Amino acid sequence: MSRDLGTPRSLFDGARLPDGVLSRDEAQALVERTVKLSTADAVRVSVQSSRETNLRFADNQLSTSGVTTNTTIRVQSVFGKRKASVVTNDRSDEGLRRAVQQSEAIARLAPEDPEYLGELGAQTYAPVDAWSERTASLTAEDRAKAALTALAPARAGNELTVAGFLICNAAASAIGTNAGLFAYHRGTTANYTLTARTTDGTGSGWVGAEDTDWDRIDFAGVATRAIEKARASRNPVAIEPGRYTVIFEPEATANLVGLMANAFQARAADEGRSAFAKAGGTKLGERIVDPRVTLLSDPRDPLILSSPFDGEGLPLDRQVWVKDGVLNQLAYSRYWANRQGKTPTGGSGGLRMADGPESLESLIAGTTRGILVTRLWYLRPLDQRTLMYTGLTRDGTFLVENGKIARSIKNFRFNDSPLFMLNNLEGIGKAVRTAGGEGGPGVAMPPIRVRDFNFTSLSDAV
Amino acid sequence: MTTRRDFLATGGAAIGALAVGPGLLHAIPRPRPLPALTLDAVVRELMMEALDAAKRAGASWADVRIARNRNNSVQTRERQVTDVVDTDTMGCGVRVLVDGCWGFAATQQLTKAGVGEAAQEAVAIAKANRVARDRRVELAPAPALGERTWRSAYTIDPFTIAIEEKADLLLRANAAALTVPTVRFVNSGLAFVKEERNYANTEGTVTTQDYVRSWVTMSCTAVAPDRSGTAVRGPEVVQPAGRGWEYVLEADIVTNAKVWAAEAAEKLTAKSVEPGRYDLILHPSQLFLTIHESVAHATELDRAMGYEANYAGTSFVAPPSKVLGSLKFGSPLMQVVGNRSEPGALATIGYDDDGVVPEDFPIITNGIFVDYQTNREQAPWLREYYQKTGRPVRSHGCSYAQSWADVAFLRMPNVSLQPGPKDLGWDDLIASTDKGIAMIGRASYSIDQQRYNAQFGAQLCYEIRKGKIVGQVKDAAYQMRTPDFWNTLDLLGGKKSYQLGGTFNDGKGQPGQANAVSHGCPPARFRNATIINTGRTV
Repeated sequence: MSRDLGTPRSLFDGARLPDGVLSRDEAQALVERTVKLSTADAVRVSVQSSRETNLRFADNQLSTSGVTTNTTIRVQSVFGKRKASVVTNDRSDEGLRRAVQQSEAIARLAPEDPEYLGELGAQTYAPVDAWSERTASLTAEDRAKAALTALAPARAGNELTVAGFLICNAAASAIGTNAGLFAYHRGTTANYTLTARTTDGTGSGWVGAEDTDWDRIDFAGVATRAIEKARASRNPVAIEPGRYTVIFEPEATANLVGLMANAFQARAADEGRSAFAKAGGTKLGERIVDPRVTLLSDPRDPLILSSPFDGEGLPLDRQVWVKDGVLNQLAYSRYWANRQGKTPTGGSGGLRMADGPESLESLIAGTTRGILVTRLWYLRPLDQRTLMYTGLTRDGTFLVENGKIARSIKNFRFNDSPLFMLNNLEGIGKAVRTAGGEGGPGVAMPPIRVRDFNFTSLSDAV
Repeated sequence: MTTRRDFLATGGAAIGALAVGPGLLHAIPRPRPLPALTLDAVVRELMMEALDAAKRAGASWADVRIARNRNNSVQTRERQVTDVVDTDTMGCGVRVLVDGCWGFAATQQLTKAGVGEAAQEAVAIAKANRVARDRRVELAPAPALGERTWRSAYTIDPFTIAIEEKADLLLRANAAALTVPTVRFVNSGLAFVKEERNYANTEGTVTTQDYVRSWVTMSCTAVAPDRSGTAVRGPEVVQPAGRGWEYVLEADIVTNAKVWAAEAAEKLTAKSVEPGRYDLILHPSQLFLTIHESVAHATELDRAMGYEANYAGTSFVAPPSKVLGSLKFGSPLMQVVGNRSEPGALATIGYDDDGVVPEDFPIITNGIFVDYQTNREQAPWLREYYQKTGRPVRSHGCSYAQSWADVAFLRMPNVSLQPGPKDLGWDDLIASTDKGIAMIGRASYSIDQQRYNAQFGAQLCYEIRKGKIVGQVKDAAYQMRTPDFWNTLDLLGGKKSYQLGGTFNDGKGQPGQANAVSHGCPPARFRNATIINTGRTV
C-alpha cells in the first residue's frame, strides 16, 4: 500500500485484540476509550462486531464457504451543529485516535445541519434475548452436515439438483455518547434457503427457514418440502394473465407487504409525497386497508427479536402502524417528532402482520379458483403515491381449483400495490418468521388470500 | 515493468478488432501520469505468511487479498447537509483449495499470527467440506505474473478534496434546482470509493492495484400545488464512473440542475401514456441497464450452470452445449463485448481476483451468442466448445470480491453494445421514427430469474410523431421478452453517440455482494415495442 495515502500502520504491529463478537464489557470499554479521545462538543461512538459463517451449494456441488470476523467503530463528532462521521476497523489506540481526529477535522469544515438535535443521554432499554450460543459456536462440520440433508437425496437420483445457502450470524452492536448513553445488544441468526430444480428444467421449488437458534431449523424438512415443490411444479402450463384470487405463502406476503415499512415515514407523508399524504395533511386515523389487517413492529416479538434501540440509541418499543385496517401511527425521527410535536418512534423495521384464524391449508381449501404463489422476485416501485410495484412469481406457482392444487402454471409478472391487495383481502393465517431476507432484520408474515390481484404478463422463466 | 495500463495506452489498437479504443470515449481526457505504485513490504510479508500457513495446513492452492477500502459520502437535501461519512477499513481474506474443496476466512487482525490463523481456518473449512464433496474444483491455468501494479484512470483523487468544497458544490446545485417553481424537494449526494487491493497466490502472482470510483446523484421532486401528484427526475442523472474528482467537475451539476428540475416540473403535467405498440428509442442512460439485466446477467456462466439458482437465478442462455455459437440472441446489428479495459468504466481493472489479466472477448457477434463470462473455476466447463472452435481454455478474468471480507466469485465485466457503422446520433434516430416513444434515464426495472420477461421504465419519456418529439408522457414502461426484444433492434447510433452507463450496486451471490460495472452503448431503436401504462390512482 502506498504510504502517501497515510495508511494506518498500527494494525500491522499492534497487540492482539479480542477476536469474535464483543461482549458487553469489551464493547463498553471500546466505546469509552473512544469517547475519552474526543474533543468535540458531542460525540457518538457506534460499534458493530460480527462473526458470520456461511456455506453455499449448487448443481449438487458445494461451492463457496467461509467465515468473516470484523468489528467496526463509527465515530460521529459534532461542533455546534456541524457533524461528520468516520468509520474504521482499527481498534488500536492509534487507530481510534486517528478516527476521532479525522471525524473532528471533517466536522469542523462541514456546513451546519439545522436538524441536528444533540446526543441522547442515558436511556433504559428492556433487554431482548436474541442470542443462541449454539448458533454462535457452529463448526464447519455442522454446516457441511446440514448441507448433506439436501445434497444426499438430490444426488441419490438423477432428476433433481439442489442449490442452497446457509448463513449464520453472531453480532453485537453498541452505542455510547459523551452525554452518558450506553446501549448494547447482541443476537444470532441462522438462515437456510434451498431451491430444488428438476433436471428437465421445468420445475423449481424454494423453501426457507430462519431462527435465532440453529437447532430449531428443520434441515431435512426444508429439503423434503423443496423437493416436493420442485416435482409438483414440473411442466407448467400457461394460463391467461389477468385478475385472479391469489393465495400468498408467508414469504410472498413478506415480499410485497414488507415494502410498506418504508411508506410509514411521517416526514414524507407530511411533505405530500408518500402514499399516506392527502390534500391538506395525512391519512392518519383513516381506514387504509381491510379491518382484519394489523401491522406492527416490536423488537421483543418472539418471531422478530431485533435490537431494542436504533442508530441514535433511541429505545424502540412496540409500534402499531396499522390497527384493524386504520393508519394508526407514522414513524417519526427525533427531528421530525420535535418539529411536529410528536413522540419519536424510531424506524418501522421488523414488520409483523397480526395473525388471522386461517392456515395455508384452509386458505387453499376455501378457494374455488385461484393461484398459489410461493414467493415473489425483483420487486421494483412504480409510484410512491400508490405503492404500485412490479415483480414476478417464482419457484412454485400453482393453479388452485375447487379447494385443491390442480396443476403447475407458468410464472406471472404483476403490477399491483400492497394497499390495493390488502383492501381485497379474503383471509389471514398465522405469521411465521420469513427467510428471504437472509439473516437481515426479521419479518414475520402470515399466508393470506386476496381477490383481483393484477397479473399483467406471462414469464417463461422457471 | 510494462503494466497493462501502459500497454493499453501505447498499443491498445493491437489488442484486436473488439477492443473499444479510447477514441470512442471522447469525453474522457487522458489521465495525467501518476507516480509509480510500490508494494508495501509489510503487506507483502503478511500475504506470503498467509500463503505459507495455508500450504503448511494442507492447501494445494491458495490466494490472499489484503486491502484497504475507503468510502466517502456527502448527502444533502434542499439547503442543508444531512450526512458526511468517511469509511476506512483494512483486512485480509484467504481462500484455499484442499482436495478440490473451497475454504475462505477473513480477518481484520493484520499481524502474522492473525493472517496465519485465518489461513488455518480457511483450510479447516475446506477439510470439513470434503464430507459433502462430489466433484473436485479445478482451476484453468493462468500464468504466474510475478509482481505487477495497476492504477485506474483518475486524475484527481477525490479523497484529497475538502469536505466544504464537496458540500458547496451540492448545495449550489440544489439552490439552482429549487429556483424552478413546483420543485420543492432536492436530494443530492457524492459517493467515492478508493481501494488499494493487494493480491498474491501460491503460483507466484503478486499484484497491487489502486482504483477510484465516483458517483454524483441528484433527484428533483416537483409537487403539484394541490398535492395531487409528484414527479421525480433522478437520482441517476450523472453516470457513475471509474474516475476521480475531475469527472464530478465535468458533470457541471450546478448548470444542469436547472435542466433536471425543469424536466421534473414538466413531467408533473405530462399526459399519461396511451398503451400500445410504438417504436422505442432508448438513450444510453436507459439502455445500459437493459443490457445489464437482459444480456450481461444472462451470459454469466455460473448462472447458466445453476450456481445462482437459489438467489439471483439461472439463465435462458443454457445449457452451454445447446446455445454456444448457435443461439440467435438478437438482430445481426448486435455486437456485444466483455472487457475490463475500457478507461473510466467501473469494472475496469488490471488483474482480477483469481490473479488473471482480463481479456476483451466477444459475447454476441452479429446477433449470435458466442461466449460466456468466465473465471478460473468455470472456464474448464467449456473445454469442449473452446477446443472445437480452436480457442484456449482460459479464464476471461471475471473474478471479483467486493472487499477483503468477501470471497471472490464470478462477476460481470463491462459488457458493452458496440456502436453501429453509420454516424448517427440521438436526433437522427428520432427524426427517422414515425410513431415512437423515446426514453432517457433508468427508473423502475424488473426482470425474471432466467432473464426472459422484463419491464423497464425511464426517468423521462417522450412521445415521437412524424420524426419529432411532441412532449413528455408519464407512466410508460416497456414490457419485453429478451430474445424477441433484441431481435427487433433495427437502428444503432454511431461511435460519437457511444456512452457509458453504470452502477456501484449490482447485487449477486450469497451472502450478497455489490459489483461496480459499466455498460457502453449508443442510442438504439427497437421496432414495435409493447408500451404499458403503469399508472393507477388510489
